[in-house]
Amino acid sequence: MNTLAHHLPALQVIVPMLSAPLVMLLKPSGLARAAAVAASLFAFVIAIAMTMSVLDGNVYTYRMGSWPAPYGIELTVDRFSALLLLIVTGASTFALLAGRRSIDSDIDESRQPLFYSAWLLALAGLSGIPVAADAFNIFVFMEISSLASYVIIAGGSDRRALPAVFKYLIMGTIGATFYLIGIGLIYLMTGTLNLADMELRIHEVADQKPILVAAGFITIGLALKAAVFPLHVWLPNSYTYAPNPVTVFLAACSTKVSLYLLLRFDFFVFQPNLVNHDTQFTWFLMPLAVLAILIASGVALFEQNIKRLLAYSSIAQIGYILLGASFVTLAGLTASTVHLFNHALAKGALFLAVGCLATQSAGLRLSDLGGIAKRMPWTSAAFIVAGFSLVGVPGTAGFISKWYLITAALEHGSLGIALVAVIVISSLMAVVYIWRIVEAIYFAEPVADQSAIREAPRMMLLITWVAALANLYFGLVPEVPVTLASSAADTLLEHLP
Amino acid sequence: MELLGIFYYWVFAVILMIGFYAVIAKRNLIKKLIGLSIFQAAVFLLYITMGKVEGGTAPIFQDGVSLYSNPLPQVLILTAIVVGISTTALGLGIVVRIKEEYGSIEEDEIQERERS
Repeated sequence: MNTLAHHLPALQVIVPMLSAPLVMLLKPSGLARAAAVAASLFAFVIAIAMTMSVLDGNVYTYRMGSWPAPYGIELTVDRFSALLLLIVTGASTFALLAGRRSIDSDIDESRQPLFYSAWLLALAGLSGIPVAADAFNIFVFMEISSLASYVIIAGGSDRRALPAVFKYLIMGTIGATFYLIGIGLIYLMTGTLNLADMELRIHEVADQKPILVAAGFITIGLALKAAVFPLHVWLPNSYTYAPNPVTVFLAACSTKVSLYLLLRFDFFVFQPNLVNHDTQFTWFLMPLAVLAILIASGVALFEQNIKRLLAYSSIAQIGYILLGASFVTLAGLTASTVHLFNHALAKGALFLAVGCLATQSAGLRLSDLGGIAKRMPWTSAAFIVAGFSLVGVPGTAGFISKWYLITAALEHGSLGIALVAVIVISSLMAVVYIWRIVEAIYFAEPVADQSAIREAPRMMLLITWVAALANLYFGLVPEVPVTLASSAADTLLEHLP
Repeated sequence: MELLGIFYYWVFAVILMIGFYAVIAKRNLIKKLIGLSIFQAAVFLLYITMGKVEGGTAPIFQDGVSLYSNPLPQVLILTAIVVGISTTALGLGIVVRIKEEYGSIEEDEIQERERS
């Protein structure tokens, strides 16, 4: 590897992190925006370059300041982290490119550089978590990303975002503190914070009880951050009242990163070392996943605000990801990781389309959007494509992950058949709630005069369509995410005894 | 294991629960944040006590001393304290904005005004 390629894991975090203070200083807000887009795009390119490299079989290991692990700080990028980096940087870049109009209308010109700066910090934190190989660094990155996301969620003009973000701050901090207690207990028993080293040294620990307690704290803490049912209550309002580009960005990646960390921690550190931990993992998470899928989809059926409707659908989709993981099998974990990617694509595209609708429509309740498709045919068509992907229609990305999930469930006999029934029922519910939106925008009578409504700005529409077409592309040619996901599942499982 | 020998874990657990209780039970947003700070402070104590080695001295290299306390937990917790301060500051900032917009920092009153 040449020298620049060697530094890519560090650059992935450093580029957005150092751009953040610079962006804050740039005065005409257009310049700040351009710099933020450039930094995010650069991060996306780095993520793509690393993905290509790990697809060739490389694994990046980077030692900060050349100090050897476990004393120094280590960064690693394998296929699982590369998949996450793609999601995070891609979501940020798409949301920023498409978000100009929404941000201009939501945020004062003078505060925009600050907003972009916070955005880049959120990006740096979210891409730091997959890159870091040290439990405490992960905590710091998690808090950087969380604090920055609180700022950008509350950055808009909607005052209802404030109580929502306060709730998110309280719950997010409790989650992060639980995680901190967990790694404290592990450090107490093993004397290390490096994940790879931790895995080796836990073998030597005679008393497993503190490790088990640590597993509990870390699982609950990360479940809070990942909005696992029933710890999801912060999510719907935060997503609903955040500025639209922020919703695109965070809905596509922030909970995914916490889920990634949950899987990574559990399979690297706890599964190989704790007795019967796989049964505990399965029987703790599977019921929660099933409840999340059924209840959140059920709530989405009756929701009137389309952003909140899609937020509840996100909670259900997190249930799918957990359900796959709770099987603790190769097929299950593959399904789960593929769904991380595919759900990010589908939900990102849906929220982009919602952002387009929001530029023209006064409100985002179903009744406000009556018949808007006649005025905005392209946006509405993109919404339908992305909606198909969310439902899992063959030919779209969503179908691929549902297919893997059902295959994985069928390995489990009669329990598997019950779970397939759950998946099918919730897919039908998804058909219904997506259809409610489609019905409103295509067939309902407009309530107000719509003559002023035009198609969304061209750039925004273009990005929305790129995202929608990506759903079709990765539905027809799923090699890249599936390869990444199946070898991610391999890496997770090879630590098991 | 005798209970007194691990009394600092009891201190940690009790402070943690006091903070957690305040976060959940109090309806005033500032009181919630105070609870959150107490909750985080408990974790700081957990880390700092674990670094102490019995009979160990401050981790500064000098002749004739072979037993040192572990400095790493203190360094870690310094970072966590910074994180805690930022969280509290941001939380207070949000409370100020909530007060500006809703004219109240009581959770139930805010909910009431949100509905209207």
